[in-house]
Amino acid sequence: MKRMTIKVLLVVLAMALGAFALMGCGQDSNVIKIGFNLELTGDIPKVGEASKFAAEMLKEDINSKGGLEVGGKKYKLEFVYQDNEAKADSAVNAALKLITQDSVVAIVGPNSSKQAIPAGGVCNDNQTPMVSPWSTNPDTTKDRPWVFRAAFLDPFQGPVAANFAAKQFGAKTAAVLFDIANDYSKGLAEIFKTEWEKKAGAGTVVAFESHGTKDQDFSAQLTKIVAAKPDFIFVPDNYNQVALIIKQAHDLGYKGPFMGSDAWGSAELMTLCGKDCIGQFFSTHYAAAGAQGATKEFIDRYNTKYKYVPDDVAALTWDATRLVLQAIQEAGKVEKDIKAERKLVRDALANIKEFAGITGTMKFHGTGDPDKCAVVVQISPEGKFEFKESVCPQ
Amino acid sequence: MQKHTFTISLFAGIFLLTVLAQFGVINQYLVSVIMLMGVNIILSTSLNLVNGYMGEFSCGHGGFMCVGAYVSSVVTVLCFSKNHILGAPLLPPSLALLAFPLALAAGAAVAAVAGLVVAIPSFKTRGDYLAIITLAANYIVISAIDNMEIIGGPRGFMGMNATVNGMEGLLDIPWMLLWVLSGTVFTVWLLRRFVSSTLGKGVPAIAQDEIAAEIMSVDTNRMKLIAFMLSSGLAGLAGGLFAHILGYVNPHSFDIMKSTEVMVMVYLGGMGSLSGATLSAILFTVLLEVLRPLEIWKWVVIPLLLILLMQFRPEGIMGNKELSDLFPKLKKYYSFK
Repeated sequence: MKRMTIKVLLVVLAMALGAFALMGCGQDSNVIKIGFNLELTGDIPKVGEASKFAAEMLKEDINSKGGLEVGGKKYKLEFVYQDNEAKADSAVNAALKLITQDSVVAIVGPNSSKQAIPAGGVCNDNQTPMVSPWSTNPDTTKDRPWVFRAAFLDPFQGPVAANFAAKQFGAKTAAVLFDIANDYSKGLAEIFKTEWEKKAGAGTVVAFESHGTKDQDFSAQLTKIVAAKPDFIFVPDNYNQVALIIKQAHDLGYKGPFMGSDAWGSAELMTLCGKDCIGQFFSTHYAAAGAQGATKEFIDRYNTKYKYVPDDVAALTWDATRLVLQAIQEAGKVEKDIKAERKLVRDALANIKEFAGITGTMKFHGTGDPDKCAVVVQISPEGKFEFKESVCPQ
Repeated sequence: MQKHTFTISLFAGIFLLTVLAQFGVINQYLVSVIMLMGVNIILSTSLNLVNGYMGEFSCGHGGFMCVGAYVSSVVTVLCFSKNHILGAPLLPPSLALLAFPLALAAGAAVAAVAGLVVAIPSFKTRGDYLAIITLAANYIVISAIDNMEIIGGPRGFMGMNATVNGMEGLLDIPWMLLWVLSGTVFTVWLLRRFVSSTLGKGVPAIAQDEIAAEIMSVDTNRMKLIAFMLSSGLAGLAGGLFAHILGYVNPHSFDIMKSTEVMVMVYLGGMGSLSGATLSAILFTVLLEVLRPLEIWKWVVIPLLLILLMQFRPEGIMGNKELSDLFPKLKKYYSFK
């Protein structure tokens, strides 16, 4: 009996291996395939979900009009989604699977830098264009001619926050609280500190405190910060921690303003934070409230379809995917050979100098990184992120 | 003759895989899956030594893997890539082939030393307490690297591709696949020789009854030291290979989730069975890939499979038996010394 069970298990194993080897199938010549390497499970499933929703919406748009027109012929779009579990090794496998099994023309994603850096390496080595919507780490595109992105880099957001705070709050001193185990948070905190001290003189960052990723209690750090009496506190942290930090700072008697970064911009922030967050400012990729034109249209449609206001990653995926589609169109023709087609798309991507996205106009200078404006938003009493100011690179 | 059939078919298999990969018969994705499979086999068989054969409960395997990954990466990056620590590479790329195994060995050695640090408190603790110590060790390793700005901190560390390119510059064959397969065979061979040696028999003796083993002249402290160092050293080897497959490491790739994955592979395969640990590592890697299209449901299906397995076969796929114990007819075709 027991031996039977094992035999059955081994047969199942063999079958799984067989099925695995047979995966991947033929191709239709009237279809353009684009791959998505997304964080659908793991630490940040909401990010992957928002990306997927935005992509689906775009696909329906184009396919309902008969497809994407390239060189006078219409091609249907097919989007292939691969889950990378928010893990670096899985992102590499997902990218390779999209490249070799699914034979996609280009890849959108991964979003988070931890996955985008190794996946970018793989795409570059295998000569497949990749556009990361959300990754802000400079290494993602550095020395990789096949890799592009739709977001601005971390080093840009630091000066934006510093300049805005100096003007808005008339601040002379600042305090920083950041997540030491989060590369994004740490990088931004350091850039901000350098920038602020360059502006206001050495020693004007009166407190520079860190915490761990899963921390819930920040009273030790906040007590130090409050005692140093800064004019404002810069918190480049994820929205779930921001909610806790602001509440706890208010409990400790801090009355001054907070300044944040794009990681605040989640639909969840106001649910977690409530009235404590009202009136605070943060810099981000786009402002949902008070948006106009194409941006407003996107937000409204997304909201009706999926029942929540899209956060920045959805808008950036929309832009990244449209960037790829525009490159495919500008290439002027679709090659049968997938390698030649990828080369065409990559060259067309590199030739795009200016792109009008719903997250603002992007200017490319051959590095794969766009120059684009950041937006500073204020949280309104209704919990909406209202446009305050747009800051562009000089 | 049958003494050699296994060895011959093993080497023929490795040769065949390399040739197939070289001429593009199996594509890059499959090669990458096979490589990660190899890494998983090393991880699960090496953890099996402590959790299976020795009957302890170590849940910080990811930490040792992390040490190995970083040490070997730092060595190869210093030697063969332009870096911000020393500037120009120390060695010409033609030496990559010679230096790479040494770098892997360095990673494994440092990971073994880290294992030693965990082994010493394990003299006094067993069960739950040892689990806590190893868990803490995993966290300590990750936080330490998070705070080391020189190797990138939480941003991760990259530049290992130069070494792989250097090897391919000498001779253009899939070197990483070859290294991973050799590392896997070496690990399984070493562990098999160890647990079936006179010295290694002390390991299952500790699992049975530590006091009785002590009375029967097993130096339990020494055995624990050896088993831990061997297990963590091999995890370091897996880490080194993993880092060079991806060309990028991030401390958070080796957190408690990684350790849990390895534990799942060990318990899925059956404690104290080398062929079980190998089979389950293969099965687990394949499952992760095959179920990828299920997206979120994947993480419903995989735990459900685990629950069903534990329900109907709590000892794991192989229990504590080897493949040849379950299928005695296999002995006709191969045998080991």
